[in-house]
Amino acid sequence: MNPYVVPSLAVVILATVAIGAYGLRFARTTSDFLVASRSVSPAWNAAAISGEYLSAASFLGVAGLILRYGVDVLWYPVGFAAGYLALLLFVAAPLRRSGAFTLPDFCEVRLRSPLLRRLATIFVIFIGCLYLVPQLQGAGLTFTTVAGGSYAWGALLVGLVVTANVALGGMRAITFVQAFQYWLKLTALAVPVIFLALQWQAAGRPAIDPPSGPVFPVTTTVTFDDAARLTLPDGTVDEVEAGAERTYPAGAPVPDVSTVDDRRGPDWLLPGGDGSLFATYSLILATFLGTMGLPHVLVRFYTNPDGASARRTTLVVLGLVGLFYLFPTLYGVLGRIWAPHLLMTGQTDAVVLVLPEAALGGGHLGRLLGALVAAGALAAFLSTSSGILTSVAGVVFTDVLRAERGGSVRDFRVATVLAAALPIVLAVSVATMDVSRVVGLAFAVAASSFCPLLVLGIWWRGLTDVGAAAGVLAGGGAAMAAVLVTVLGPPLTGWPAQLIGQPAAWTVPLAFAVMVVGSLATSRRIPRDVGATMLRLHAPESLRL
Amino acid sequence: MSGANEEGRRVRVVLGEVAGRRTAADPARADLAEQTPVGEALVRGLVRAQLALALRMALVVVTGLGALPLLFAVAPAVGSIRILGVNLPWLLLGVLSFPFLFAVGWVYVRWAERNEQDFTAVIRRPE
Repeated sequence: MNPYVVPSLAVVILATVAIGAYGLRFARTTSDFLVASRSVSPAWNAAAISGEYLSAASFLGVAGLILRYGVDVLWYPVGFAAGYLALLLFVAAPLRRSGAFTLPDFCEVRLRSPLLRRLATIFVIFIGCLYLVPQLQGAGLTFTTVAGGSYAWGALLVGLVVTANVALGGMRAITFVQAFQYWLKLTALAVPVIFLALQWQAAGRPAIDPPSGPVFPVTTTVTFDDAARLTLPDGTVDEVEAGAERTYPAGAPVPDVSTVDDRRGPDWLLPGGDGSLFATYSLILATFLGTMGLPHVLVRFYTNPDGASARRTTLVVLGLVGLFYLFPTLYGVLGRIWAPHLLMTGQTDAVVLVLPEAALGGGHLGRLLGALVAAGALAAFLSTSSGILTSVAGVVFTDVLRAERGGSVRDFRVATVLAAALPIVLAVSVATMDVSRVVGLAFAVAASSFCPLLVLGIWWRGLTDVGAAAGVLAGGGAAMAAVLVTVLGPPLTGWPAQLIGQPAAWTVPLAFAVMVVGSLATSRRIPRDVGATMLRLHAPESLRL
Repeated sequence: MSGANEEGRRVRVVLGEVAGRRTAADPARADLAEQTPVGEALVRGLVRAQLALALRMALVVVTGLGALPLLFAVAPAVGSIRILGVNLPWLLLGVLSFPFLFAVGWVYVRWAERNEQDFTAVIRRPE
């Protein structure tokens, strides 16, 4: 076990708490916090937004997916970044000018409908839970990989730590903490990549994807948790039972394992693979349009002083997020050379964590860099899960417990525990799903519920509360059902599997269509003050009338 | 002192006069605040201009990035083109897509701010 890991994780936690405490000196109350944040420049604000956005799915999951599936899953990072462009184009400035703090608030401001507000609350909670589960899974995985502990205890432990932090106010969404965590995450991926690239150069530039398939770089022992059938490139078949071990010499080809779904050779290197065009477009739609509907993304926009700076902040976020996503790809690709055994165990999400030591050996350099990426993973996990939990707990607090604004702190703590309970239970019991896949499903639900609501609410006068509610129920409900079938239901094959597994391509148009038709049918319910609302959403603040 | 005299002098203020003066100097602003048909038309014009800009930018991204999966499916040979030893799809998606998205966003922010300045200029222009 790496002796540097525990100290580096401790440093991350201490630095987080210390910067948080430093920030708290200026911010005693929520409104203090907001006013203080308004004196923060777009660059700091943008680093904070990026810090909250880049989750375990981005830090660990993207590299794992690339290691496993190759070029087709590059659409995940592209979509995660492009989501901010959609947010910039259609939502950022008007949303800031609306003064809404959460999505339910926006429903109230734009459509004056308590019913719609309640519906939005349900979706915020669902999406928040769906987004928290993979974060906790990432934590459990990190715990098993770097500390050798059990998965369930890792997920449970970190889930409880985050819940306690949010409930006690120790991890308030303070701009400087989040900004620090963005730069930490970027450093934790960028610095090791330099050494990995030098090592690749020094090793004589081994082929990333040799025609004969990946080979073991060193003598490797693989333990199998489940019975499986191993197929070698020459067609030899090896049946192993659960708990069996196999040792492979350096240079031996990596067998294909029947229990792990991955791609080899041209399927990995070239687009198309066995994924269909439909799944690709569905994923693109979900990630492009889903970002604007994530509960923790929206809250942050309130800290901008006005609409124009909200726009500039979003642009900087787009740059920072894009910069970050250059790196996970390299980890996934280099993992084909130095960590191919993950293709046999199926724990591809761990590639970022194991790669430095695997490539640079167990010396001090490899171990220090390994500790650095572990620290980055912890930061990724802490910042995103705290951000989501804070925003979900805030919605539970104001809309479910029906406490007045400024209600007791005890109620907020109850709300936090309620909001965290279900995701923790789910994360402990569902260990086998790809981190980024589940996050992709959360994006699909957000894209088919809140994206139409925000876009039509901001740009179309004709939207009514009935139309909006019908659209959210139809599109978001369908996406929600698809997610539940995917996570809990039996495995599907063929067309149903594609329609259910990547639902956005049909649920997003469905939501838009139902919302427009429903609003046209109930056009008498258009709010009377829609003209004033539109003026407020779109006119520059310098003209405040 | 004449300055003190000036400040000390009582001035008769008639509310109607002040309101009338402001309307005369700033008719478009009053149109906005009172939501007259002219004010409505001004806001509609701004919303339409901003929406058209956002849609145009979205179209750039949809044609730039959205056409790629189709291109790779229709012409698989494109996927095998290698530049500096890297296959084209990896280069396009893994590296170039991010500066492209940022550039589109940068152009959008400039033009959206220009739309708002035009709107402000119309409202503020004394007629």
